[in-house]
Amino acid sequence: MSSLISYVLRRRTIQFRKFSSNASDIGSRRNQGIEKILIANRGEIACRIIRTAKRLGIRTVAVYSDADENSLHVKSADEAFRIGPPPARLSYLNASLIIEAAEKTGAQAIHPGYGFLSESADFAQHCEDKGFAFIGPPASAIRDMGDKSASKRIMGAAGVPLVPGYHGVEQDIDFMKLQADEIGYPVLIKPTHGGGGKGMRIVQSPKEFIDSFIGAQREAAASFGINTILLEKYITKPRHIEVQVFGDKYGNVIHLNERDCSVQRRHQKIIEEAPAPNINSDFRSHLGQAAVSAAKAVSYHNAGTVEFIVDTLSGQFYFMEMNTRLQVEHPVTEMIVGQDLVEWQIRIANGEPLPISQSQVPLSGHAFEARIYAENVQKGFLPATGILHHYHPVPVSSEVRVETGVEQGDTVSMHYDPMIAKLVVWGEDRTGALIKMKDCLSKFQVAGLPTNIDFLLKLANHEAFGNGEVETHFIELHKDDLFVDPNDSLSTQQTYNAAIHGAATAAACACEKKNVAMRESAPGTLSLWYANPPYRVNHCANTTMELEWDDEFSKSGSQQLFINITCLSKGKYQIETRDGNFPGIEMTVTQLGDHNFRVEHGGVSMNVSVSTYLQDQMEHIHIWHGSNHHHFKRRVGLELADIDESQHRQASDGSSSHPPGTAVAPMAGLVVKVLVKDGAKVEEGQPILVLEAMKMEHVVKASSGGYISGLRVTAGQQISDGTSLFTVKDG
Amino acid sequence: MLRNLAQRVSSSASSHSISRRVSRNSPSGAARQLCSGVLPDTLDRSSESFIRNSQAMEGLISQLHSQIHQVMNGGGAEAVKRNKSRNKLLPRERIDRLIDRGSSFLELSQLAGHELYDHALPSGGIITGIGPVHGKLCMFVANDPTVKGGTYYPITIKKHLRAQEIAAQCKLPCMYLVDSGGAFLPKQAEVFPDKENFGRIFYNQAVMSAEGIPQIALVLGSCTAGGAYIPAMADESVMVKGNGTIFLAGPPLVKAATGEEVSAEDLGGASVHCRTSGVSDYFAQDELHALAIGRNIVKNLHMAGSTDGWHHKLSNFKEPLYAAEELRSIAPTDLRQSFDIRSVISRIVDGSEFDEFKKLYGTTLVTGFARICGQPVGIIGNNGVLFNESALKGTHFIELCTQRNIPLIFLQNITGFMVGSKSEANGIAKAGAKMVMAVSCAKVPKITVIIGGSFGAGNYAMCGRAYSPNFMFFWPNARISVMGGAQAAGVLAQIERGNKKKAGVQWSKEEEENFKAVVVEAYEREGSAYYSTARLWDDGIIDPADTRKILGLCLAASLNRKPESTKYGVFRM
Repeated sequence: MSSLISYVLRRRTIQFRKFSSNASDIGSRRNQGIEKILIANRGEIACRIIRTAKRLGIRTVAVYSDADENSLHVKSADEAFRIGPPPARLSYLNASLIIEAAEKTGAQAIHPGYGFLSESADFAQHCEDKGFAFIGPPASAIRDMGDKSASKRIMGAAGVPLVPGYHGVEQDIDFMKLQADEIGYPVLIKPTHGGGGKGMRIVQSPKEFIDSFIGAQREAAASFGINTILLEKYITKPRHIEVQVFGDKYGNVIHLNERDCSVQRRHQKIIEEAPAPNINSDFRSHLGQAAVSAAKAVSYHNAGTVEFIVDTLSGQFYFMEMNTRLQVEHPVTEMIVGQDLVEWQIRIANGEPLPISQSQVPLSGHAFEARIYAENVQKGFLPATGILHHYHPVPVSSEVRVETGVEQGDTVSMHYDPMIAKLVVWGEDRTGALIKMKDCLSKFQVAGLPTNIDFLLKLANHEAFGNGEVETHFIELHKDDLFVDPNDSLSTQQTYNAAIHGAATAAACACEKKNVAMRESAPGTLSLWYANPPYRVNHCANTTMELEWDDEFSKSGSQQLFINITCLSKGKYQIETRDGNFPGIEMTVTQLGDHNFRVEHGGVSMNVSVSTYLQDQMEHIHIWHGSNHHHFKRRVGLELADIDESQHRQASDGSSSHPPGTAVAPMAGLVVKVLVKDGAKVEEGQPILVLEAMKMEHVVKASSGGYISGLRVTAGQQISDGTSLFTVKDG
Repeated sequence: MLRNLAQRVSSSASSHSISRRVSRNSPSGAARQLCSGVLPDTLDRSSESFIRNSQAMEGLISQLHSQIHQVMNGGGAEAVKRNKSRNKLLPRERIDRLIDRGSSFLELSQLAGHELYDHALPSGGIITGIGPVHGKLCMFVANDPTVKGGTYYPITIKKHLRAQEIAAQCKLPCMYLVDSGGAFLPKQAEVFPDKENFGRIFYNQAVMSAEGIPQIALVLGSCTAGGAYIPAMADESVMVKGNGTIFLAGPPLVKAATGEEVSAEDLGGASVHCRTSGVSDYFAQDELHALAIGRNIVKNLHMAGSTDGWHHKLSNFKEPLYAAEELRSIAPTDLRQSFDIRSVISRIVDGSEFDEFKKLYGTTLVTGFARICGQPVGIIGNNGVLFNESALKGTHFIELCTQRNIPLIFLQNITGFMVGSKSEANGIAKAGAKMVMAVSCAKVPKITVIIGGSFGAGNYAMCGRAYSPNFMFFWPNARISVMGGAQAAGVLAQIERGNKKKAGVQWSKEEEENFKAVVVEAYEREGSAYYSTARLWDDGIIDPADTRKILGLCLAASLNRKPESTKYGVFRM
């Protein structure tokens, strides 16, 4: 405890002390310093940058597309500038419009955030040419590191270890195949430009090579405009460890320790931590030195990250790439070094030297970041869209940060990254930080769209994760623990029991809320008729709730639960299931707030949160109780707002349940390519069309052999979630 | 006579002791002293009668609950299962989904039909009651298809008509949840031809509709023959696809009559009636949809100016000072035992405040003003047999309440009017007639609760069923008959003895006792609350502890219309 206090004090001191030693040196430059920044980004990172700028007294300009007109980053900024329609290429990727916005609003500097234009050398150059300080590295460094093949050549020359591979310009498919055979399988195919795992393919055997290579080329072309590909040895048991580096304009480069970002799904990070677990300080300093050498080799300044792949079997590390921007996961580094990296970025762009030397870089405690995404975990982590009907992140403190760009009621659209928030926690050590993260995740309330929160919680609770046994195949390796196996009757039963208990609690809370609300809103003359509990002559009011339980981890889909609730007295409910499998229990519910309840059962009382909203003629009920979160759906009869007959006909005439063999769009997105013609004969598993959403490709395949019918979508068409794509018919 | 005298003495004695106790308590109860009408707590909780009454009432209430539990199961597990398999809800579930969520439902005559026929007819095969929809109180009449296919027995019709009577009296929109096979044919002579038989349902619908009381029918099941007129006569009607059918003659009868072979759905399904015949107005995809449409119809009702409304803030009322549950220990199961009606009043009215009118005159009838859930009421309760003065006082008080539009609550525990030469000479019949005149003509809402005995003309003066109280309930211990069983046996035995004597037949003491026992036994059976409620002589048996709640709900329902002015007939002076 005392060490915790001293830590917090130390952190405060660091924050106050920051740059003060240099204040007198740079005082003269400050007059021409940055007073207004335009943030060429959106979402949480725009909000993050605005927060630091505000603290420094720097005015901020947000830019926004039509989709973001009312979003948090627009509201947070001093000024906001509309830059175009929702698609990114017409707004956040439109460099000239953004420069124009900077000119019109009188900003002196442009912060690109991450993604979008952050790693565009042309944009960085353009900014500098127009006289704006680009808060990031020099365009030359971006260009050097942006070309993966070129960067590896430079790194090789600088003595940074590289993974065996082919990084040449010759891209002929047969030649590439030969190279791959030489490196030995498994081989990794990767576009030379871009990052974030887009276009990457792992090829296990020679016969898969050609298909994967073509796919990677197409995705690279779509995402980055350049389709050059490199090949590398694929490391079977790798860890992803990266080093945060910082350089100033005077040739000084330091590193701020490493981050472990091994836990990934779809090649994208979901839990990051700093420092990396289970490494010694020697390894750390070797890694750091290699990162500093890498940065120096390209005359780097400002924030950058050097990514290494660590072969856990051999203990070797290899340079992968350098991200020439502030990373999504930068907060974990901030937490362990007690520094504000955005502040560093601004000051360095302003021409100030690095505030501390390498030996002064602290390493205190342990930090985690969990990325909360709108996504369908059970549908292979496909991005999801929807409205945040209920959004209650955990309260923040000096040790818990919630980096978010959304508010309750906002829409997570198909246009941009579906990340909702980053949860960042700090603890004295890894164990302490992990406990905190688990607690925060279980209390992080999001309803309205599917999220990965429950999955993150499962990850965090996994024993191997607790031991720091992380590697990039962590999820694949432990999938049996992370996803409920419907054949495992014991865990299925446990999950089912927990769901029933959740349903019972949700039902009791819903009843209590309704009873209280009706009592308060009842018309004056009739208030007697809205007693709590509702009155019944000679018996207790009783109702059956039919809840559809969405088991996120089960492949068996949803289950119907029949919950019978009897109002015994004010706030006291008797709950049973209709089938009688669940012993009847009594619960006493006290409503604390709009969504919050205290529920007593069997002598134990606990806080419970319930959120309900209407969507697609269903009432959705989310409940957070203990460390559990459940989601139920309920058919709405009474509150039916629109009783339009045609709607009902449509719903009942079967369009909601498609005929067997129908393929529906698993997500909203763009049809990139249609591979077969309507009426064509196909085999089971044959790719039919390619969808793209959130810049990820998804191949829709034939579920069985037969003839394609009803295939009407065309390339370039935007489709919504659940759209019927085609049907496979026999004969 | 002696007993009554003793009672008078004891009640006046107790009222003295009350005033003494109040004055003694006044220093500690300064705030209470300001409200002069606060009734004191006179209940002796350690007395033998308190304990005996508690135990007896506990038995009666658990008996009541077990009877209620039985009728809640409708026509039995098999029929309920069949009903569910057709995607149909039970009638009470339907009502639960129609009324505002979390609101109360005042179900009426739950035990109608109790031991009335040679087989069970739970709740008389029909559920009736009052509940709010979008903040408007409605009368619900829901057939129970699990009970004899929802067919109309004589008691079913009586219950249906009674619900309509209440709706007409209180101007409550009617929602008919139709799912019935029509009249129960084996008893057609008792259900078809008479004035208060099946046809009266449609007559009432027509008359109420004419008065602007909305008539809404939801056809959730079959609706055959005469039943077809319920939706047809309704202002608006809804039909459920698949389950709802309306026809004057079902497929078997059609085939017999014309040879035409047609399915029920094609003959009178929702599609036919909503698209072609126009018999129904709204097409519902399923039952929940139909209920949602039903709620919507009520939402769109506009009955401006038809209600008087309550002119004061209801939320500010006080609860009684004494526990309602103690009413269970006050009501005696032995009706010869007397108790002070004020101990009942003090557990029913707001803040236990009761401003007594003419307290010192005609003391066997207690009259006074109070509020129940904020609504001013006039309360008339019995504290013994009715004398000349008591009847005059009651008449005077009824006149006051009708003049001021104050609803009347009758708490009946009456053995009758005083008999005997002195009474007759004093004109007890004249005094009683005055009170009966006042009760009959009073146009304010009247609610009667029989908390003990209801005998003879006392029943009339205290607003028995014949005097059309808006609502009337029984406590489980209550008894009703023209006179006590023992008195009746005595009277009948005297006549019998006279007849025997004329015929020259000897009547032994033993024979006479047997004769009397048979009479007493019949009175015992026919005087019980169950016998009454089975025949709809009342609107239900209630737990004494719920009296205030139910009175509050009934008052709210009764005040759903404009006040009417009262005009009396000729009072015999």
